[in-house]
Amino acid sequence: MSPPAHRTGTRTYLMVWGALAVLTLVELGVASLGLGRGPTICLLVAFSAAKALLVAMYFMHLKFERVALVMIAAAPLLFAVILTLALLPDISFGG
Amino acid sequence: MEHAAPLRAQTPTAPATGLATTKLGMWLFLASEVMFFTGLIGTYIVVRIGSPTWPIPGHILDIPITAVNTFILICSSVTMALSLAAAQRGSQRALRGFLVSTIALGMVFVGIQAFEWTQLIHEGLRLNAGPFDAYFFTLTGFHGAHVCGGVITLIAMLIRSLLGHFTPSSHDALEAAALYWHFVDLVWIILFTILYLI
Repeated sequence: MSPPAHRTGTRTYLMVWGALAVLTLVELGVASLGLGRGPTICLLVAFSAAKALLVAMYFMHLKFERVALVMIAAAPLLFAVILTLALLPDISFGG
Repeated sequence: MEHAAPLRAQTPTAPATGLATTKLGMWLFLASEVMFFTGLIGTYIVVRIGSPTWPIPGHILDIPITAVNTFILICSSVTMALSLAAAQRGSQRALRGFLVSTIALGMVFVGIQAFEWTQLIHEGLRLNAGPFDAYFFTLTGFHGAHVCGGVITLIAMLIRSLLGHFTPSSHDALEAAALYWHFVDLVWIILFTILYLI
């Protein structure tokens, strides 16, 4: 028999929805403020990561899942970072 | 109209994890999808950093309309989550209502993206016209294909719900479809930032 699924309340979903909408507006604001390239990229990546985390944690229920499943979900993210970093030397060699 | 749920076998669980095999299978599929998009996004980042010049996205792409499209996809994730929650409490009417809303929002997203592509092609953007064009069409194209696949899957889920396949104790396929839909939303959140805003 399937293990019982976690039930997240409507209120939680709507709060996450509101947070995602606000963060999207904030991203648009940051992109148009002209803060300088470095700070803009850092802020936008941080807000984007926060939004992705909210979707994974609450909509995909990772916050309430077993550790085994969280590890299955997290493992490719680690490889994703490694793969991207492994490609970076191409920039310096490629000139 | 409510349908009586037919007797259906419960999805077995994987002994090592105790997880429903349908959900475990979907998560393993999503892990492979993460690597698929990592290949695309990783090379985009490397090419972008390594390029001496790169167009300012806001000068070429329509940021406001894409921001609205992003909001539409976020809304579709909420309606998908609410559809699954309705299935968990056995509310068939809400399940179908939110599922239809999710399908409609997904179709609107694809429609707006098709409109955007048409505009950009009219303005001269081409897949083979340079790295900016190539990455834009490749990344948004593969994501759009995933959204289309998601919409087709959700239509299949709607048909199954009309056949009475989902009950509070048996809705693993709907949960797996929801996971896929949320993943598509998550990927777009990243693409919107790196392609349109940075």
